[in-house]
Amino acid sequence: MTEEEEDSSAKMSEDVKRYLKLDTRSSAAATSEPPCSSSSSASALANNKSRNFKSFEPPCPDHVLENVLENVLQFLTSRCDRNAVSLVCRSWWRVEAQTRFEVFIGNCYSLSPLRLTHRFTRVRSLVLKGKPRFADFNLMPRNWGAQFAPWVAATAKAYPWLEKVHLKRMFVTDDDLALLAESFPGFKELTLVCCEGFGTSGIAVVANKCRQLKVLDLLESEVTDDEVDWLSCFPASETHLESLSFDCVESPINFKALEELVVRSPFLKKLRTNRFVSLEVLHRLMVRAPQLTSLGTGSFSPENVLQGEQEPDYAAAFRACKSISCLSGFRDLTPEYLPAISPVCANLTSLNFSYANISPDMLKPIIRNCHNIRVFWALDSICDEGLQAVAATCKELRELRVFPFDPREDSEGPISGVGLQAISEGCRKLESILYFCQRMTNGAVTAMSENCPQLTVFRLCIMGRHRPDHVTGKPMDVGFGAIVKNCKKLTRLAVSGLLTDEAFSYIGEYGKLIRTLSVAFAGNSDRALRYVLEGCPKLQKLEIRDSPFGDVGLRSGMHRYCNMRFVWLSSCVLSRGGCREVAHALPNVVVEVFGSDDDDDDDTVTGDYVETLYLYRSLDGPRKDAPKFVTIL
Amino acid sequence: MEKVGDYDELVNLKATELRLGLPGTEETVSCGKSNKRALPDDDTEKEIESTGKTETASPPKAQIVGWPPVRSYRRNSIQTKKNESEGQGNYVKVSMDGAPYLRKIDLTVYKKYPELMKSLENMFKFSVGEYFEREGYKGSDFVPTYEDKDGDWMLVGDVPWEMFVSSCKRLRIMKGSEVKGLGCGV
Repeated sequence: MTEEEEDSSAKMSEDVKRYLKLDTRSSAAATSEPPCSSSSSASALANNKSRNFKSFEPPCPDHVLENVLENVLQFLTSRCDRNAVSLVCRSWWRVEAQTRFEVFIGNCYSLSPLRLTHRFTRVRSLVLKGKPRFADFNLMPRNWGAQFAPWVAATAKAYPWLEKVHLKRMFVTDDDLALLAESFPGFKELTLVCCEGFGTSGIAVVANKCRQLKVLDLLESEVTDDEVDWLSCFPASETHLESLSFDCVESPINFKALEELVVRSPFLKKLRTNRFVSLEVLHRLMVRAPQLTSLGTGSFSPENVLQGEQEPDYAAAFRACKSISCLSGFRDLTPEYLPAISPVCANLTSLNFSYANISPDMLKPIIRNCHNIRVFWALDSICDEGLQAVAATCKELRELRVFPFDPREDSEGPISGVGLQAISEGCRKLESILYFCQRMTNGAVTAMSENCPQLTVFRLCIMGRHRPDHVTGKPMDVGFGAIVKNCKKLTRLAVSGLLTDEAFSYIGEYGKLIRTLSVAFAGNSDRALRYVLEGCPKLQKLEIRDSPFGDVGLRSGMHRYCNMRFVWLSSCVLSRGGCREVAHALPNVVVEVFGSDDDDDDDTVTGDYVETLYLYRSLDGPRKDAPKFVTIL
Repeated sequence: MEKVGDYDELVNLKATELRLGLPGTEETVSCGKSNKRALPDDDTEKEIESTGKTETASPPKAQIVGWPPVRSYRRNSIQTKKNESEGQGNYVKVSMDGAPYLRKIDLTVYKKYPELMKSLENMFKFSVGEYFEREGYKGSDFVPTYEDKDGDWMLVGDVPWEMFVSSCKRLRIMKGSEVKGLGCGV
């Protein structure tokens, strides 16, 4: 570049920098101006350039274009759109990389932290996912990996302005949290979902050092009790807290500190307490935070049972919280107090009863007022009768999850196809369902497929393995076939019950939008796996356990694996040779093989047998942190 | 499925001496050389007499690891409501000669040998024959064995149940010829 050009491009990058620092409000103002002025920076640019150039050359078209592009790309938030934009040409790739503020990484091992920081230079928000979902069910040995450490180290250097970190199924240590708290002065949001490896001492550091903290959400994570009073570690001044969720923290808390924190957090909208918070404490919190929109109610049980007037008026507290639209908790519910939530029922859009043993009679008086509910989670203790009550009232229901009170294979199972059918008839707008049961019929599943065309997520878990339709004795093929055929928007499917290869032929034929498929104890042969791998063009995540699929089935997906996020096959019939074949054929795919123990040794019985195969695409080759029990082929 | 019919008959005939690997002696044992307890477990006897057959009273099914797919976080949260204090569970691997897959089962789910044996038979679709104190298992090619803390391979049923649960590291259902070394008559 000539001296003049260097000068002008230096000026231009300054303009760009200035431009990019604009917050969204001023950017929105910028759009109302005609595009060619580009909020006057381009014209200023042109002036500067004409002063510096010896001859009257027009500004390099690429630079102007990049400027305009940045202008436009700032408003592209969808990562799919951004990915597409980045493929147009190098120039667009570069500009897109500079304007991507939110990065989503679905598999932390698909690339190295260095690649992230080299490509994207202005990241403010990072979403990172680690272990595959079947790790939640003890199918993966501890210490498999997915450590946050290398990521926090890399981003601490590269993105000092980082504001948001959202982790799922990652191993996060207290040191990692400390480094995070120290490295990012403007840090605003920390969300840890299904994570482990840290304790209350790590939380305390975040609470103390992240002075701009708006969101601290710990969801379904394992948090060790280091006996640190982390709630007292928040700064004494007014906080910026908008959301505080600690319902998974299994340790007692300092109630007074929590109360004082709530008092000095005027922006607090979401508060989810843990089971150590009794009704009395909850009452005090509610009285001090009537602006709450989302409340996790703790145990919902009184510490002391007082008589008559001495008892706090819980219903009044709920009445005062006019904005509550989301209720959860009820970890140790004392049924007599449940009616206290009645004042907020009409406004509720989300209700989570899934930790409470609620009977149909307890549910009915509550649910009949919940006309606006969109999300409902419960235990199967509500029985088919309870589901019928939900179907009668909750016409706006979009998401239903019914978990088993007794999560064993041979438990009683109080709900069945009756409840499912009732829901399908009453809740026509249903989009997502997770349903655990012991008895199901093809008829009920088919009815749902016909009544609920908006379904995008259908997850049915018939808990007894290989259970057929309990009325006809036939496999569940027809029911699941109807689901994939009729629910044209289906993106996620989990199957169960007695299923033959036929079910999978339907999935392959009709499941054109399916991205995630979960299979357990199903199918007869490799054909089933082939149907799916050859049929479902959008398939990204495939998790299979205990099904008779072998090397032939695995091979049938060779053309796909580079375009998928991951494939998990455990307790199937794979051999090392078969897995090695895939590894050799696909250099961009990492093939991990391991058992379910971290002390696996050579077992003569099972030498060639592969207990678990986990394969995923990766830009940076096999990971260096694999523990001994993991073999990367 | 192997030899299911014989198994049933034997069970009914030998009501008083019946055991499917009932507890043996209190003494520590090594492969089949120990003295075994002579008396049957009272509970088992009653159970069999009242039901007449063994097939009706279904023992708890072997709890497969991670099934049903409910996160342990949720399991534990609901667990605290139940009054039973279920412990951590003692999962051991089970392999069967000739089967290409392994299983894991939780030994703490069972209270005695017959329950365990029923579960294993269900899981691997085989039949174990009848257990005799001196001669081990008869009437089937398959013999359940386990590796104890010392690394010795033992016959399932030789030691008292509690001792078995605490010392069993893994199970292996052996087939025919290999079993001779354990002093079982096949």
